[in-house]
Amino acid sequence: MAEFVLELNGITKTFPGVKALDNVHFRLKPGEIHALMGENGAGKSTFIKIITGVYRPDEGDMLVNGRKVELKGPRHAAELGIAAIYQHVTCYPDLTVTENIFMGHERVEKGTRRLLWKEMHEEAQRLLDELGADFHSRMTMGALSVAQQQIVEIAKALSANAKIIIMDEPTAALTVRECEQLYAITERLRAGGASIIFISHRFEDMYRLADNVTVFRDGKYIGTWGVHDISNKDLIVAMVGREVTQLFPKKETQIGDEVLRVEGLGATGYFADINFSVRRGEIVGLTGLVGSGRSEVCQAIFGIGPRDRGKIYVEGREASIRRPADAMALGIGYLPEDRQKQGLILNWEIAGNITLPALRRLARMGWIRRKAEWSVAKMLAEKLGVKATGIFDLVGSLSGGNQQKVVVAKLLTSELKVLILDEPTKGVDVGAKSAIYEIIGELAAQGYGILLVSSEMPEVIGLSDRIVVMREGRITAILDRSEATQETILEAAMDDSTRETGASA
Amino acid sequence: MADKPMAQQAAQAVPSGGAVRRASLSVHIMRFRELGLLGFVVLLALLVQWRNPSFLTLENINDLLRNAAILSILALGMMLVIVTRGIDLSIGATLALSGMITALTVSANPGMHPMAALLLGTAIGLACGSLLGWFVARLGILPIIATLGMMNVFRGLTFTISGGKWVSAHQMPDSFTGIATGSILGINTLIFIAIVAYAVFHYFVNHTRTGRQIYAVGSNPEAAVISGIPKERLLWLVYAIMGALSGLCGVLWVAKFASAQGDTAMGYELTVIAACVLGGVSIAGGVGKVSGVLVGSLLIGMLNNALPLLNVSPFWQTAIQGGIILLAVLANVWVKRSVDRNHLLRRRI
Repeated sequence: MAEFVLELNGITKTFPGVKALDNVHFRLKPGEIHALMGENGAGKSTFIKIITGVYRPDEGDMLVNGRKVELKGPRHAAELGIAAIYQHVTCYPDLTVTENIFMGHERVEKGTRRLLWKEMHEEAQRLLDELGADFHSRMTMGALSVAQQQIVEIAKALSANAKIIIMDEPTAALTVRECEQLYAITERLRAGGASIIFISHRFEDMYRLADNVTVFRDGKYIGTWGVHDISNKDLIVAMVGREVTQLFPKKETQIGDEVLRVEGLGATGYFADINFSVRRGEIVGLTGLVGSGRSEVCQAIFGIGPRDRGKIYVEGREASIRRPADAMALGIGYLPEDRQKQGLILNWEIAGNITLPALRRLARMGWIRRKAEWSVAKMLAEKLGVKATGIFDLVGSLSGGNQQKVVVAKLLTSELKVLILDEPTKGVDVGAKSAIYEIIGELAAQGYGILLVSSEMPEVIGLSDRIVVMREGRITAILDRSEATQETILEAAMDDSTRETGASA
Repeated sequence: MADKPMAQQAAQAVPSGGAVRRASLSVHIMRFRELGLLGFVVLLALLVQWRNPSFLTLENINDLLRNAAILSILALGMMLVIVTRGIDLSIGATLALSGMITALTVSANPGMHPMAALLLGTAIGLACGSLLGWFVARLGILPIIATLGMMNVFRGLTFTISGGKWVSAHQMPDSFTGIATGSILGINTLIFIAIVAYAVFHYFVNHTRTGRQIYAVGSNPEAAVISGIPKERLLWLVYAIMGALSGLCGVLWVAKFASAQGDTAMGYELTVIAACVLGGVSIAGGVGKVSGVLVGSLLIGMLNNALPLLNVSPFWQTAIQGGIILLAVLANVWVKRSVDRNHLLRRRI
């Protein structure tokens, strides 16, 4: 057996205008889990697409099991035993789970080439059962949760008999409990002889799983270390290229009067009996496993989602919120979870995105006053430190962190009292994360009441003054800053059956 | 090492208490959707029968099926096109072109075997469809634009070739018009061809690799490329099939009406698309079933047949048809919503 199952030397890939990868190296030993880290835009995704044959490198060699190969396409990579589980799950939502698992390597009868449905359904079900899945192979893929879809992707890699498995940010959309499940599955894959490249922004993933870590920055190879041979701080320096001093800059704020209170809020099938309040200058964390109803509560408060019971009070007065416009008129702003789909118009420039909610105020007799619009946009973009050449850059060209700043800037165009932030740092790299934390702290200091929804435990604990924990549509705990720890939150977030699997690790 | 032990070891990682929930709700919804449509068809049939007892006679049903046969064959091809997120507006023109060329050929060579006429028409359609497929798959022109353009090209060609004249019944040999009136195994030829087409499509769509990959391309084109599915070739294939079917139907159409004209089947593509949408084919791609398309075509065929029987004024017939199509689609949406709602109520919180 060769010393490395996969070896890439001097890989360079140029796209029109950008050098996505510049002389990059990578070595994967048999049976190892190798973490690949780097900020967004470091070239990780391009790198994977080269390994899986989607892109061809301009320069450099690739060796599989010590033999030099030149991939002809994705199918060729699959034949060599390379499988990838992509960041945004690449499934076929309209097809069944079985078809998703076998797409590209279907079982067919010899001679007639008829598909062997029965055999495939059975094999798929066997794989799913073995992975501990709680769904059926004949179900439609689109009906599954993200975590369940990821299990299907893993089953797909298994059914293709993959020996080199690439996981591109598999934990990004998962809750703590689902992550633990994924860790366990990943470790078993390794025990079964697979070598795994694990890409993630989370240090926790790396420490739990990986043997070695390789860092890319701006398309360049920075280095490879043993996971325990490099300190957290040095790793951040390697990724960001500078030192991130303090991850959670907690500003002293003056907590004032109550700005938002909900009483007995409920929506059939989603949540029930929700009571909590947010005060001026206070950050209230709202957390729980995915599917616990956090986002649904926020959307109900903002008038997007359904709500059939309960009352909402803004500054002590009962509010009738039927649609987002009502909520905004009352001073409530909402930062959506999916910034690309719900928060931004990607092929518009920064200025147009920022001022979109405020066009009425920036217009005179139906005509937009361009100068006023641009000055507002410029002021807010500077205030939030959006990194771009100017306010006329297309939003789609910005990095994840900077896009998020633009969405926050959008909120600040209106006179708001309460900000609901739904997963504000999702898919954002370390450097940009701390910038967003700083912005959140500053907003609280300015007197906004903030409701912060997040799955990331350190984020919730580090930023919040109080933490509301939900489980299966109900509030199970409201914790003060002093009593909130990973353990107390997890205990409230998980019921007895899930606690066993989740907390045992 | 084989994949087996690997998966088994992975299994021990998590308590395998899963796999209890066997039947899936979504599967039921999908089944229910077609049942709902079929119920609508049956209800409508009973209603018409009550108003005019000659509706459900063997003769009338045979007539209805004969008239719906061409539509139902075209709807099969259109289903595949729509499943890949495309649309084909050129099929009416392709049909006319193939019908015209075949009719001219047959009138010049009266001794030509009907089978040869069918093959000639299909070949012409295949050529038209392949050209379109090349535009869409290779050059990446949006299907609606490419097919809109080719629609005019094919239509213009039809007029040019015929010199603006008709080929009428007396110019066609009996053997040719016999294609539409004759029968095979006691079944009218048109209906027989439709049945064969449905059997072939059912097998192709559900039991072959290529058939399923067409759905994969429609469901998520990007993922299809990443997993090495030949997207371009499949798109090409889909338009080629559509063209071939249009060509075949061109011959059937001309034989049935015993006349080939420049404006044959003008606007017919919209009826075909309507049949697909009625049958549950999603314009967003990835979804569509052979059985659904069959029911959709039958519903439209029934409306065409029943409204004259009810003495509805021809001026009102199209409007009523449109209304009923909208009603059927609305009923489908409503059924789906109430199923979703029941699902929510059952959830424990």
